[in-house]
Amino acid sequence: MNEPGLKDIWVYLSTSPLLGLTITLVAYGLAYRLYLRTNSNPLANPVVTSVAMLIILLLATGTSYSDYFEGGQFVHFLLGPATVALAVPLYQQFSRLRQLWLPVTISLFCGVVIAAGSSIGLARLLGGSTEIQMSLAPKSATAPVAMGISEKIGGLPSLTAVLVVITGITGAVLGTKLFEWIRVRDDTAKGIAMGVAAHGIGTARAFQVSSQMGAFSGLAMALSAFATALLVPWLVDLLAAWIPA
Amino acid sequence: MQFLNGITLLLVYQLVGEITVRLLGLPIPGPVLGMVMLFITLMIRGKAPESVDQASTALLSHLSLLFVPAGVGMMAHFGRIADEWVPITLALLLSTVITMVATALIMQVTTRWFAGPLPEKEGGNE
Repeated sequence: MNEPGLKDIWVYLSTSPLLGLTITLVAYGLAYRLYLRTNSNPLANPVVTSVAMLIILLLATGTSYSDYFEGGQFVHFLLGPATVALAVPLYQQFSRLRQLWLPVTISLFCGVVIAAGSSIGLARLLGGSTEIQMSLAPKSATAPVAMGISEKIGGLPSLTAVLVVITGITGAVLGTKLFEWIRVRDDTAKGIAMGVAAHGIGTARAFQVSSQMGAFSGLAMALSAFATALLVPWLVDLLAAWIPA
Repeated sequence: MQFLNGITLLLVYQLVGEITVRLLGLPIPGPVLGMVMLFITLMIRGKAPESVDQASTALLSHLSLLFVPAGVGMMAHFGRIADEWVPITLALLLSTVITMVATALIMQVTTRWFAGPLPEKEGGNE
């Protein structure tokens, strides 16, 4: 850092989105390679390792999150079009969905209510502030949806984004083991549960088990994003009326 | 060119979704409405165009990557997470496990109730 040349380069890099974007892609690339190296061990989930690498790097270089996000936002932005893109697997699975529409509707409705209700209830029981409860409520929905809902019901959207990612990782890491324990072997049921509880990160994991589980997880993620947006604000009002915070 | 057309179409649907949500004051996020509108379009057309298929496969196959910048946001919330780490971690962990187990069991039971023995008879009556 003593050399003026190097310092100038750092000043340029720390204000340009180029660095944040590049390190995001490089970290994910490395994390994904590590994941394949461990034979897709769910514990080596590429989101966990790349987020850990990036945080360590940013803390070590004293870079703030907002500086990093100048570049990271380009990747983050793609969550919007990716949500729209979910219409395609939804459409492709439509014939199977039509056969199972009643079980899927019931499971989705229950799953979404349980996800939001249990996180609000548990957080309240354990002494979490209202802000934390509201930030946790939409945690099983995919990030852009969850952040929008969090903002509407009085949570912190940026904290919700973090909780959404941790929820997804938890689901992806524990999912397959949990299904073994409760003896659910049908890929359709496993996929629906994964998509409802652990959105996109769970869906990425489900696609590795089988394409059917992946498709149903994607479908559940898409439908539960919609159901969460409709049900959670209403559920929050209902819970507030029943159990005063 | 196919890929570019696909991405453009996805963005157009997102944009129309965002505008409609704001105009009508709907309680759902713009991209979700965009997804619903694209789904309806595909149903009416009766097939997914190659361009949209390519773009959506590309985006969805690396869906986990898109969550990384938000995950790094954890560092901006270290303080709050440290203050309330017990309710946050326990509620998150337990609620995720409960949701996953309950949804899988409900789906398994209701499938047996309503759909009967599925695997053998598929797409018979069109």
